[in-house]
Amino acid sequence: MTADLAVVGAGPAGLAAAATAARLGLRVTLLDAAERPGGQIHRHPAGGPVPRAARRLTRRLPYAPGGRAGTSAPGRAGAPRASAASRDRDRVTYLPGHHVWTVARDGDTWLLHAVAGVDEEPAVVRARAVLLATGAHERQLPFPGWTLPGVVGAGGAQAMLKGGLALPGRRVVVAGSGPLLLAVATTLAAAGARVPALVEAADYTAYARHAAALARNPAKLVQGALHGGALLGRGTRLLTRHAVTAAHGTARVEAVTVTGLDADWRPVPGTGRRIPCDALAVGHGLVPQLELATGLGCATRRTPDGTPALEVDAGQRTSVPGVWAAGETCGVGGAELAETEGEIAALSVTGRTSAALARRRARLRAFADAMAAAHRPGPGWTDWLDGTTEVCRCEEVTAATIREAVDGLGARDARSVKLLTRAGMGWCQGRVCGPAVARLAGHDPAPDRRPLSCPVPLSQLAQPPGAER
Amino acid sequence: MSDVPDAVIVGAGVVGAACAYYASRAGLTVTVVDRGSVAAGTTGAGEGNLLVSDKEAGPELDLALLSTRLWRELAETLPPEIEYERKGGLVVAPDGAALTALRDFARGQAAAGVETHEIPADRLGDLEPHLAPGLAGGFLYPQDAQVQPAMAAAQLLRAARADVRLGQEVTGVLTDRRGAVRGVRTPRGDLHAPAVVNATGTWGAALAELAGVKLPVRPRRGFVLVTEPLPPGLVRHKVYAADYIADVASGSADLQSSAVVEGTPAGTVLIGATRERVGFDRTLSTEALRRLAAQATALFPVLSGVRAIRAYHGFRPYLPDHLPAIGADPRVPGLYHACGHEGAGIGLAPATGLLVAAALRGERPPLDTGPLRPDRFDDTEGDAW
Amino acid sequence: MRSRTPRATPAPFTFTFDGRRVTALPGQSVAAALWCAGILAWRTTRHGGAPRGAFCAIGTCFDCLATVNGRPNRRACLLPARPGDTVTTQQGTGHDR
Repeated sequence: MTADLAVVGAGPAGLAAAATAARLGLRVTLLDAAERPGGQIHRHPAGGPVPRAARRLTRRLPYAPGGRAGTSAPGRAGAPRASAASRDRDRVTYLPGHHVWTVARDGDTWLLHAVAGVDEEPAVVRARAVLLATGAHERQLPFPGWTLPGVVGAGGAQAMLKGGLALPGRRVVVAGSGPLLLAVATTLAAAGARVPALVEAADYTAYARHAAALARNPAKLVQGALHGGALLGRGTRLLTRHAVTAAHGTARVEAVTVTGLDADWRPVPGTGRRIPCDALAVGHGLVPQLELATGLGCATRRTPDGTPALEVDAGQRTSVPGVWAAGETCGVGGAELAETEGEIAALSVTGRTSAALARRRARLRAFADAMAAAHRPGPGWTDWLDGTTEVCRCEEVTAATIREAVDGLGARDARSVKLLTRAGMGWCQGRVCGPAVARLAGHDPAPDRRPLSCPVPLSQLAQPPGAER
Repeated sequence: MSDVPDAVIVGAGVVGAACAYYASRAGLTVTVVDRGSVAAGTTGAGEGNLLVSDKEAGPELDLALLSTRLWRELAETLPPEIEYERKGGLVVAPDGAALTALRDFARGQAAAGVETHEIPADRLGDLEPHLAPGLAGGFLYPQDAQVQPAMAAAQLLRAARADVRLGQEVTGVLTDRRGAVRGVRTPRGDLHAPAVVNATGTWGAALAELAGVKLPVRPRRGFVLVTEPLPPGLVRHKVYAADYIADVASGSADLQSSAVVEGTPAGTVLIGATRERVGFDRTLSTEALRRLAAQATALFPVLSGVRAIRAYHGFRPYLPDHLPAIGADPRVPGLYHACGHEGAGIGLAPATGLLVAAALRGERPPLDTGPLRPDRFDDTEGDAW
Repeated sequence: MRSRTPRATPAPFTFTFDGRRVTALPGQSVAAALWCAGILAWRTTRHGGAPRGAFCAIGTCFDCLATVNGRPNRRACLLPARPGDTVTTQQGTGHDR
């Protein structure tokens, strides 16, 4: 069967797109790497209900009541009567646990190749159009001690809590940069963790420069204020223009050093202080996940925080005909923007437009750009590395080795550093160290090129083209 | 810089680096200029094959044998980070007919100075314990070796003590009134020198054109698969099936594949590579990956459950007769070429550098460079090849 | 979608980690269950032998690789725990013996 539209990613953008496209009469196949829909933002435990904010989106999925994943049979029995929602559901084939490793053109259609399920089975989906809503992952800037157990991504800590009801420790410092940190600290505190400090490298006064964009987005400001209020009552110190510049411990993190930063994020000597903790949740904003798109040759642009994102037109079309994109892949901007873009993309696939949605997108995008500019990492952060800091966690490549490749061996970008040091050549393929390595080479990161977007068993690669779903 | 070097070498890949190294060793001063980083083109996409096993007797094998000796010397001089390893190649024949053909091929090579040992079927397992059963036999080539290509290029360049200008694209070749080369133009200014070496690999045709001559270098795409890290010793040699040799020699535009399987010091196993003439098309070919994976798992069934974590491609600089262009270009005084090595550039780099250094100094080359003359395609018309 | 069905408390089950019994909830990832048991590291690195566990927790960083039921290099943050699973600390490539 050939789907009218294949949507990759079941976060807010992908869900909104799939629901809208189904409403418009398209047969949609929705592939998602996760076991349950909602993306990172609407993570929820198995067996638990879909979060309220995501229910409107998942209503149109062929998805069993109670939030259990994996029942993806289209036209399932038990639908009480043919409501609009159930009719739309019949048009959506939802494939959770499907990690698409490449999208390939095949004549007039697209083939999406996926590694499926716990047993890493092959799956192939054929579709007339493709919508990439692959989201983002966290940007990490290394510091001495960041490989210690107990140092976790800020978004990761939140994901583990939302999806797995698990905390990395009892006393958790939250650090890095970006609006996500407030949400993470609040979630951790609400779950019973102590958050002794929230350490933000940027300065919230930077928002003042973008007052107009902020003022047009009152809902976001209220959200921020609520986060702040909930934390203040729990004894969390808010330290702006500070960074965790070292984590200490042997088998796990026992304390962190927090240091004041100048406007370029350079640590100010003599300002360090130690904060005891048993975990650190750290992240410096989000990076769009682009490899499926760049593999197809989709054009990119640079967002105000220096990160590459997909270039799309008013209808969310990428530069490659037949390929649309929505959500964080087009520039990090949050769930509301992602949903809006997902809807616009689905309308656009069927040749429709919506002026109201376009206005909402413009307003939210301006806000996202303001946030990105305010939290753009300053170039001075590399001063907090010491030579022995492992920048590439997979291949254990130190800052000194990378600097030697740049200063002594002629590496001028992340790719040539990789070739000369193996930084970025390991399991994660540079997803974690990429932005840091690019900065050490003196540049903003280039768009990622990863022809395989996840590991694929050779036995699966070796199979002749087989049955499609 | 006020001092004019003896030569400007365009291209900081392994061939340009080797030219710089041997020129500098011959007492010449050189400037190396590249639009990108060190090893950013085909060198960085290479597997680091230093092979004699895949070459039939002839000019390329002569170059490879000279290079084999030079690489051995370089391994003594350059830091261990170049990961030079004389691991040997093992070419296996799936059936009796292939073994007979391989035997003939190896006999010709042996006459030209290649060390070969026939390995009967029941002894293959001693060399490669994880090799699939049922093969007819094979040949061991102890001279086959491996380096980490990007690091080898960077270390050669560093040892050359050349003036290296990276991130500067050559936009013109400067000539005097009589048509002789006097340097190159870059957006950051002119670099003057009485000699210019075209070591731009796959982009060699474009540089030749800047100098006003034709050199029909074309890209021939290759994909390589990289596995997850595996324990050392899982694959000990460079192992490939005999049909690889036919693919290398073929000029067909169609997709050809015969996987060379080898381990690396980093633990990953490399499986490469395909050969395909599709211009500079960068999109992934699932069919190319399928064939590599199928052939590698057929040779080493133990790899079936192993995951590929990376795939990449490169563009080999391909000339119609599969031989590189090395030496002075008689059409433009002061222009030299060192490109078109197809998939063998890493292996052939030192010999190329030595030949170019000799040519720059006007000395007799250590081997006959007649078949490598850069103007040998002047009579070739159109796309017939 | 409405959650009409009354939410039953999911029944916990156990798996083993390096021979030790660990309790998990249905659908919980191996990594989340290990965190709940106070375990933060279940892998040692290939070169330095350093302990590692979940870092990004969304399947991106591959730091949480574990050997599960004899198959090495499974991402513990993505892999749902199943009753009776045998999870072991992964050393090096996971393929070493």
